[in-house]
Amino acid sequence: MIIIEAENLKKNYNGFTAVNGVSFHINQGEIFGFLGPNGAGKTTTINMLTGLARITGGRVKLLGDDYTRNARKAQAMMGIVPDESNLYEELSGRDNLIFCGALYGMQKSLREERADRLLKQFDLVEAAGKPFKAFSKGMKRKLTIAAGIIHQPEILFLDEPTTGIDVASARQIRNLIVDLNRRGTTIFLTTHYIEEAERLCGRLAFIVRGKIVREGNVEELMTEARGENTVHFNLGGDFSCIEGDFKARFPNYGIKMIDNSGVSIKSAHSFTLLPLVSFFEERGFPVYEARIVRPSLEEVFVKVTGIEIKKMQSQKEGSQ
Amino acid sequence: MKAWIAFASILIKDMRSYYLKPPNISWGLIFPIAWTLMFFIRSPGAFEVRELLPGVISLSILFGTTSMLAVTITFERKSRSFERLLLAPISLNLLMLAKTSGAIIFGVINAFIPIIFAGFLTDLSGINWLMVLGSVIFISITSTFLGLFIAVSVSQVFEAQTFSNFFRFPMIFLCGLFIPVHELPIFLQPISFALPLTYGADILKTAVNNNGSFSTPLSFLALIVFSVFLFAYSIYNVNRKWIS
Repeated sequence: MIIIEAENLKKNYNGFTAVNGVSFHINQGEIFGFLGPNGAGKTTTINMLTGLARITGGRVKLLGDDYTRNARKAQAMMGIVPDESNLYEELSGRDNLIFCGALYGMQKSLREERADRLLKQFDLVEAAGKPFKAFSKGMKRKLTIAAGIIHQPEILFLDEPTTGIDVASARQIRNLIVDLNRRGTTIFLTTHYIEEAERLCGRLAFIVRGKIVREGNVEELMTEARGENTVHFNLGGDFSCIEGDFKARFPNYGIKMIDNSGVSIKSAHSFTLLPLVSFFEERGFPVYEARIVRPSLEEVFVKVTGIEIKKMQSQKEGSQ
Repeated sequence: MKAWIAFASILIKDMRSYYLKPPNISWGLIFPIAWTLMFFIRSPGAFEVRELLPGVISLSILFGTTSMLAVTITFERKSRSFERLLLAPISLNLLMLAKTSGAIIFGVINAFIPIIFAGFLTDLSGINWLMVLGSVIFISITSTFLGLFIAVSVSQVFEAQTFSNFFRFPMIFLCGLFIPVHELPIFLQPISFALPLTYGADILKTAVNNNGSFSTPLSFLALIVFSVFLFAYSIYNVNRKWIS
C-alpha cells in the first residue's frame, strides 16, 4: 500500500527553483532513501511533505487523501527528525520526550510510560535527567529520533540522521532505524552517505538540482549500472605470462592482472566459472578465491549524476 | 481535547522555562520600584503613590510582556525548536495562543506587584478593582500581541530588543500617562490615539483615580480591536514568513 505519493512537487523561493517537478511514492513498511548532494532539494522536499514549507506546485497524497485538505490529521501520522537536533536545551532528556508526546495530545501517563521505554530502547536512561544541552552530539541525535517516534507515527522522516556524529553513534542509529522499520514504521530517509543508503534502504531516489534523476530499488539500480560482468580470481604461482594463453582459449573474455594476487575477468555475458577454474588449475595456478564483483551504489550514483561522492560528503560535513 | 493537552503543555513549559525564572521574577520586582523611585527623586514633595499607580502598572506590563515574548520566540526560532511546535498537529492560532498565554499571565502577575507595594504606602480604597482587573488583562493581551508582532518581524534576538524599544519608549511619553493626550502637541496626538497603551492607561486612570479622559467602554473596545488586529497580522506574518 502506498502511504505517501508526491506528484510533480515544485518549490520556488523568490524566483529560485529549489524543487522542480519531483514525483515519487513511498510504500507502507519500507525505508525509502532520498540521496543527493548539498542543496539538491532533499530538506525542501521533506519540509513540503511535512507542512513546514508551502508547496508551489503539484500535490501530496497521504494514504490516498490530499494532504492539504487535512494537514493536522496528516501531521499526527508523521514523525520528523530534522538534520539538526531541535529539542529544548534547558529541558531534561525525559522532559523533552514527555513534552513532545504532549504536542501530539497524548495523556500524561501514556507519554511518561513511552518516554521511559524509549530512553531504555535508545540507551539513554542514565542521561534522562540531564538537560539536553549537556548531551553529546550522538546522544542528542538519538533523543531527537526518540522524540520523533514517541507518538508512534505511521511514517518517520529522517533528515541526514548520521551526519556529523561519531562512528559508534552513527552505527547505533543505523541499527535503531532498522529496528524501527522491523517494528512497522515506514521511513523516509535523506542522506548523502551512499553506504548508509545501500545498507538501509529498499528503494532509492537520486535527487540533483531539485530533480529526481533516477528512482528504483537498490537491486534494480545496480543491475542497470552493471555494464559487464566481472569475476576476480585470487591465484597462486607466477601467472604473469598467462594473458596470451587465456585470450586464445577464451576469446570473448577480457583479462586484466591485479597486482600479484590474481586476475580480473570481464565478459558481456554471464560466466560459467568451472571452465575458468579448470583452466587455471591445469596450468598450475591454484584458485584460492573466485568472487563476482558487483557495482557499488556509489558507482551507480556517479554514473547517473556525474557527482563525485567524496566531494558531496565533504561539502555536507563542511556545512555542518 | 488533544489540542488542549498540547496547549496546556506549551503554556506550562514556557512558564517554567522562561517566565518563572529568578531573573524575570526579580525584573518584576525591580521595575516598579525603580519607576516609583524615579518619580520620587524627580519631585519628592508632590509624590503621590496613587497618582503614579496607573503609569507604573501599565509600564510594568508593557515592558515585561513585550521583551519576554519577542525574545523567547526569536530564540526558539533561532534554535529551531519552534519548528517542532509548527509540526505539531494543532492549529496555528491555538499554537500562537499557547505561546502568548504565558506572557499574558506574566503581564498580569507583573501588574499586581506595584499594586501590592502601593497597598503598603497609601490608601487604596475606592478603586474600581473589577475595572483594574479588566484593564490589566487587556493591557497584557495587547502588549503581548505587540511582542508577537515584533517577534515575527525580526530574525535575531538583538533585533527583537531594538525593535521593541522602538515601540516602547515613545509609547511611555505618548500614551497620556504623564502628559495628558489633549496637552500633547497637535501633530503628536494622532500617534497617541494609535497606541493601545493610551486606552489601557486611561481605563486604569479612571479605575484608580477617576480621572480618565475617554469613555471606558470605548477604550475596552479599542483594546479588543488592537488585540485582534495584532494577533491576526502576526498569524498572517507567521504563515507568510515561517511556513514559506
